[in-house]
Amino acid sequence: MKLRLALILATAALLAGCSDTGGGTGSATPTGADSAGATPASGKITVFAAASLTDAFQQLGDQFEAAHPGAKVEFNFAASSALREQIIGGAPADVFASANESNMTQVVDAGLATGPAPFVTNVLQIAVPPDNPGQVAGLSDFAKPDLLIGLCAEEVPCGEFGRESLAKAGVTPSIDTNEPDVRSLITKVENGDLDAGIVYHTDVLAASDAVKGIDIPDDQNVVATYPIAALSGSGQADLASQFVEYVRSPDGQQVLESFGFRPA
Amino acid sequence: MTRAADRAKARPPWALIPLAVLAAAFLVVPFLALLQRTPWTGLGDLIGRPVVVDALRLSLLSSLAATGAALVLGIPLAWLLARQRFPGRSVVRAMVLLPMVLPPVVGGAALLFAFGRRGLLGEPVYDQTGLLLPFSTAGVIVANTFVAMPFLIITVEAGLRSMDRRYEDAAATLGASAWTVFRRITVPMVAPSIVAGAVLCWARALGEFGATVTFAGNLQGRTQTMPLAVFLALESGDRQAAIALSLLLIVVSLAVMVPMRDRWLGV
Repeated sequence: MKLRLALILATAALLAGCSDTGGGTGSATPTGADSAGATPASGKITVFAAASLTDAFQQLGDQFEAAHPGAKVEFNFAASSALREQIIGGAPADVFASANESNMTQVVDAGLATGPAPFVTNVLQIAVPPDNPGQVAGLSDFAKPDLLIGLCAEEVPCGEFGRESLAKAGVTPSIDTNEPDVRSLITKVENGDLDAGIVYHTDVLAASDAVKGIDIPDDQNVVATYPIAALSGSGQADLASQFVEYVRSPDGQQVLESFGFRPA
Repeated sequence: MTRAADRAKARPPWALIPLAVLAAAFLVVPFLALLQRTPWTGLGDLIGRPVVVDALRLSLLSSLAATGAALVLGIPLAWLLARQRFPGRSVVRAMVLLPMVLPPVVGGAALLFAFGRRGLLGEPVYDQTGLLLPFSTAGVIVANTFVAMPFLIITVEAGLRSMDRRYEDAAATLGASAWTVFRRITVPMVAPSIVAGAVLCWARALGEFGATVTFAGNLQGRTQTMPLAVFLALESGDRQAAIALSLLLIVVSLAVMVPMRDRWLGV
């Protein structure tokens, strides 16, 4: 009963309560040598990554493990804002990859990460059902009250960027729902329950035939920059920074571009 | 001295006490922790925000409407399950309790597949009339009723099964019609179960999140209930607002449940 609320309350209490349990779950194997890149590091790292990175990072993780025998990469994918709360609350994370800069900044300001670096960008696209029942052609259609229009809630990055884009286009949207994350927004578009929503280009690619993407012109679009950083509390600092380097390497960038991300 | 007073003075089975205290502590400590984190200064400002006032109004409206719908529909179903033998009764009972075990998000998705714009029933209705449940306050009430009504059904059915049926038999023997027996004997005798079931149902509806956000969406003043507002406050990193809203929800729940428990369920 009231499970969801209880969960939220419990999470809030948990986040508030255990702020000093930092450090990784990974076995703190001391790596003997100092030269980071060349050492065959072993051990396990946990990467907290924005939900939109799910498919790309899973492939990156497999490739990284193949290139670093003995290394194990685990992922926790969620909305960047939720990950930020977990990290500040003391969750055992080694790397944080955020879908926007403000969540990363808050983690840096809390003294939990240094030197975040942008590693990819993502642009917005309009998602409509494959048969486009609302005959949506561009952002101006978002003002039509007879269409069913969804955005991400303004509390999460895709909602913030979507509103920025509409403001650039000078459109006041007639919103029917503010979805808590981009996944639930695109699912409602896929089902035909909404006529249009603003999502990331990569989400439209990942949904393949289930939704149709309509480009937003560059002058109305918003470029989301994703920063990544190894976390200071990591018990696997070497391996964590090697993973960050791998993501930013040509190999890593190639994987990310194959999922629709653009170079930072 | 009444028998109840005699009982109260009797020696309790002591072994139960530590476990009972542990259970109470386990359930209460998280709320004490919440109180400890509550931003008491500025609480008024947080709670007086239009977004909070809208969410609270909508939460009360939709949870009460859902309880009303559950009473009107759930009592007849509970009676049917408790009193009538028909093939497949146990299957029907399991099916109508399914929303209790189903993750609410799955329930919300199922509601969309049934009543959404491209849904089993939703599509023909939309094509004929243009009416649409998702993204409307009516949709919130539907989601709340779907998730909460089983709590009323299961409670009332248990009451009907355990009640002494000789009174019904006596009334029927004296010439009362089936409807009169139900109205004058059955309902008053299971009234405590109905009230308990209604309170459970209302409380479940008040805290409903998953099915509501999945089926009805989230829009301030139209579909954004308190749990949704709490969730988004937490998402945005405004932990103080999230705690203040949770506290408000708890106070409202207690204000209803404490008198109800004393009046109907206590001794």
